[in-house]
Amino acid sequence: MSSTAGAAAQEERRRGSFSSRRIFILAAIGSAVGLGNIWRFPYVAYENGGGAFVVPYLVALLTAGIPFLLLDYAIGHRHRGSAPLSFARLRRGTEGLGWWQVAICFLIAVYYAAVLAWALSYTFFSLDQAWGADPEGFFFGEYLQAGDVAVTADVVPGVLVPLAVVWLAVLVVLALGVQRGIGAVSLVFIPVLVLAFAVLVVQALLLPGAGAGLDALFTPDWAALAEPAVWAAAFGQIFFSLSIGFGIMITYASYVGRREDMTGSGLVVGFSNSSFELLAGIGVFAALGFMAQAGGVAVGEVARDGIALAFIAFPTIINEAPAGALIGVLFFGSLVIAGITSLISVIEVVISAVRDKLDTSRLTATLAVVVPSAVLSLVLFSTTSGIYVLDVVDHFVNQYGILVVALLSMLVVAWVLRALPRLGDHLNVHGRPRVGTGWRVLTSIVAPAGLAIVLVLAVRDDLAAPYEGYPTWLLLGFGWLLVLALPLVGFLLARLPWRAGTHLDGPPPGSDPGTPLDGAPVADAAGRDRSVTGHDEGGRR
Amino acid sequence: MSASAIVMMLVAMLIIWGGLALAVTSLVRHGAVEDRAENVRRDP
Repeated sequence: MSSTAGAAAQEERRRGSFSSRRIFILAAIGSAVGLGNIWRFPYVAYENGGGAFVVPYLVALLTAGIPFLLLDYAIGHRHRGSAPLSFARLRRGTEGLGWWQVAICFLIAVYYAAVLAWALSYTFFSLDQAWGADPEGFFFGEYLQAGDVAVTADVVPGVLVPLAVVWLAVLVVLALGVQRGIGAVSLVFIPVLVLAFAVLVVQALLLPGAGAGLDALFTPDWAALAEPAVWAAAFGQIFFSLSIGFGIMITYASYVGRREDMTGSGLVVGFSNSSFELLAGIGVFAALGFMAQAGGVAVGEVARDGIALAFIAFPTIINEAPAGALIGVLFFGSLVIAGITSLISVIEVVISAVRDKLDTSRLTATLAVVVPSAVLSLVLFSTTSGIYVLDVVDHFVNQYGILVVALLSMLVVAWVLRALPRLGDHLNVHGRPRVGTGWRVLTSIVAPAGLAIVLVLAVRDDLAAPYEGYPTWLLLGFGWLLVLALPLVGFLLARLPWRAGTHLDGPPPGSDPGTPLDGAPVADAAGRDRSVTGHDEGGRR
Repeated sequence: MSASAIVMMLVAMLIIWGGLALAVTSLVRHGAVEDRAENVRRDP
């Protein structure tokens, strides 16, 4: 084995890796398919042209979503590092962008876990319909014990316990490592999620009124295609749904064998994510059709998204539907599975960055990241004010955290570093279909333009009226100031020195996918799905 | 369901689920071609 190949293999053992392309694809799907696929897409499609939404949605997927996904893959796969390390290897001055993404992931993890805790509770509540005849009153009153809009320290045990369980599960999975933790969980959970949701969809389609729900979802309103807001909604949905632009896909791609087809893998991940969204749309609107018929109202009167869909509409459906308990367990169980695989990917961004920056073992880094996240999460979101803080943080982090850092990163890579040609060449070594001028145009012009429009419309709406009518102090403290602090934190963290011996100028030696493997122990050229054996990093260098 | 809704549902299924099937097929076929090329390189 040459010394270069040996160094690459040693570094791969240190960082960890997925054992095969299949595992990587499942993990990437697990990250992309989250709560938004289930509770956001159906309503966005319904509100923005129904069946006609397919047109802008597909345009956004093919011109922005998949090209941006491939850009993330190329950055991570070529530079073999977490988001900060990959950006540092692109050019040292851009490391702060990676840390900005890490800071966003840390924040998302803190509140995302709370929603999973609610879904976990509701999986069990479904068995005996614990919410009774008034799901809305139960959710806000009895379960969350939400009072006036204020920040309090009054702990709600019913949220605290499942939240602690969620964090414990995440800690165990991430401590096990890339392959034995993230890979193994994805291998089991993603097929289970698809199966459970497919059963749920069949159950929903058998309910009376399901046809009316699907009619509401798919009846095209062609006039909507003339509205810029509809196109912005499509680009926003694709962008938020694919987990792109905030470090996750860079991190996961860095764990993939260097001779893998990242372009083909990206297409599979992108279409899998959309396929699940479509399945979710059918299931959710079939169930809403039943709810509308049972209440004797139009589907439009019961259609909703997010928390209201999951924790108010679905319990109402479960109350009325035959085999309601089964529908409840399948729906909330799917939310938990979809959410936990996404949560794991979000925290892995932080752990990977910490491990690349400092000389720490997997376990130390996991504890150093997960324990503070869990404590913050428990303090902020297991209290009676948790839902208000969560709603504001979620809105601002998505609109002005993820969106801004993704847009800036893309512009910097494309226009400042002019790295697209070499990143495209990297994808083309083993990737098919080949990416060329079209991909570069989409990544440097079309996708940033689409995201910029989404951003401008969001700013316009937030300046026109306070988000959801919340008080200014809440929007300032947990919204604007928080998203302004994130880049500052990112660029401050970038000033910390890297661990000794970290290669920073360009891709690390031995990472070129075109060079022979020279018998490096991580490679097995006999099978594409066995090109790396997978490593669960055990310790320090 | 109205005819237009049925058509749009089928179109969405065909394009998105069909796209997924195509992407998987392409990935598997390209992987097989790469394997053969690799074997030829190693064992001419």
